[in-house]
Amino acid sequence: MAIAEWRKQLELGEVSARELVDQKLSRIAEVENSLHAFLVVTADRARAEADRIDEARAAGEVLPPLAGIPLAIKDNLCTKGVKTTCSSRMLKNFVPPYESTVTERLWKSGAVLLGKTNLDEFAMGSSTETSAFGATSNPWNLKMVPGGSSGGSAAAVASGECLASLGSDTGGSIRQPASFCGVVGLKPTYGRVSRWGLVAFASSLDQVGPFANTVADAAEVLQVIAGADHRDSTCLEAPVPNYIEALSQPVTGLRIGLIKECFDQQGLSSAVKDSVMNAASHLQKLGIELVEVSCPRFNDGIATYYVIAPSEASANLARYDGVKYGYRSEDKDSLLSMTARSRAEGFGSEVQRRILIGTYALSAGYVDAYYKKAQQVRTLIRRDFDNAFQKVDLLLTPTSPSTAFASGAHLNDPLSMYISDLLTIPANLAGLPAISLPCGFDEKGLPIGVQLIANVLDESRLLQVSHQYEQTAKVMSRRPSAELIP
Amino acid sequence: MSKITSDDVRKVANLSRLDLHEEQIDTYASQLEKILDYIDHLEKVDTTNVIPTTRAVEVINVIRDDQVEYTNVREELIDLAPDREGDFYKVPKIISD
Repeated sequence: MAIAEWRKQLELGEVSARELVDQKLSRIAEVENSLHAFLVVTADRARAEADRIDEARAAGEVLPPLAGIPLAIKDNLCTKGVKTTCSSRMLKNFVPPYESTVTERLWKSGAVLLGKTNLDEFAMGSSTETSAFGATSNPWNLKMVPGGSSGGSAAAVASGECLASLGSDTGGSIRQPASFCGVVGLKPTYGRVSRWGLVAFASSLDQVGPFANTVADAAEVLQVIAGADHRDSTCLEAPVPNYIEALSQPVTGLRIGLIKECFDQQGLSSAVKDSVMNAASHLQKLGIELVEVSCPRFNDGIATYYVIAPSEASANLARYDGVKYGYRSEDKDSLLSMTARSRAEGFGSEVQRRILIGTYALSAGYVDAYYKKAQQVRTLIRRDFDNAFQKVDLLLTPTSPSTAFASGAHLNDPLSMYISDLLTIPANLAGLPAISLPCGFDEKGLPIGVQLIANVLDESRLLQVSHQYEQTAKVMSRRPSAELIP
Repeated sequence: MSKITSDDVRKVANLSRLDLHEEQIDTYASQLEKILDYIDHLEKVDTTNVIPTTRAVEVINVIRDDQVEYTNVREELIDLAPDREGDFYKVPKIISD
């Protein structure tokens, strides 16, 4: 059931906030053993908060839009007094003394924290398998990965453990797991949403966004978290439009570009291709014109990303020194050896690998060949998008070349894991808003996602077309429930 | 471009303050080699006179009033340290004998 319907029922007194929270907590208790979407469930806090909301309602108070709506938060967003681990041994016991801007805005809007969700360590990965605290399973098939890095947040929404959740997306970490788990995942424009309190990975790419069952629910969450924040100077001052009103605006006459280079991929599965083409034909029936466009440098996105993201990560993760907070090794020989041992013991191998790549790319003699070159190709990728948006309103691609892969399939071959983010990375490099929507199932019954990309700050258009696709195509008639119940 | 040797990884690990075991260094060397091989595809892209992009969406000169905000979380921040003595962070010796 959508957030708007729950709100109506809460307002009419047909259900209390406490009952809704208890319902979600019992769903969590039912499925978490097999799923492991959550690192921590904040049951007492959620019940107390729900009771407070029910009392306020009984006292006749006017309540904010998300009052009583239970949400889950990716564990790289700081929550005051609640452990924030980034799924890393390095931050295993880190309890932030402050609240991130996005979560602060959600709590002010009445939303209730159910718990913190699992992720690839420091959001580095595409399968949630690099978590230091164990992997998360895909609710549609427990042998499959949920995608990553925000796999816990995606799985929690898909399995009905929460009504919506937050993730972060540096190269596809919201959209790819949304696609693998059959939910809606939105990465807003770079700077649309504050990153204050988001543990930094790659600062020129990171963005926070929602997972939800429906596009309207994603719009509800975005409405609350978007907008300027004086604590994040990269956060844009542009006014926040009414995303919910935008959903029902007419789509007739809009133009959508199919990026040619995305459909020519060798690794693109035929089930994904067929399903995404069906989604495109459906949009045509809604009165949208389809155009083929070319973004010649699109496929250079991965190589570009795997210079820029690790370079920025190597700088951002330099702060973990075993002195101010986080893990400290037992090594007591010297400050230097203590720091180097702490980082060797505290970081997992994917994080170490990226620190090494980044440090290499930024080291003397290589910075022009790698970092500067990648930033130049980034300009060319942006230019391709600029040219495309001269002709069309939105762009369409598959979200991922495949459906969810089996656990362990790419673990020993980092490069093959990286390549699975081929179709989502370019939107991060160009700062563009993009969404993944469920558009069908493959022969194994695993969900398929279609990606729509809009121009800078055009989230309204993205949500509007997505909503009308969802409401008329009605592909999500199934839920992943049967297999999960023990 | 260049082949990645275990010595390269040792050097970069030192710069990164990562005290790795020998077998880790060898594994990372072969993995980094494959990854950098892939990244080397960028060499073929003509970027003559192309201005590098440092951020996706340009933000210029963000200014605000210099208003004092009283947070006072000093005690909470110092208390996050793995080891402290009074108001100081405590670390192993910095200067060697």
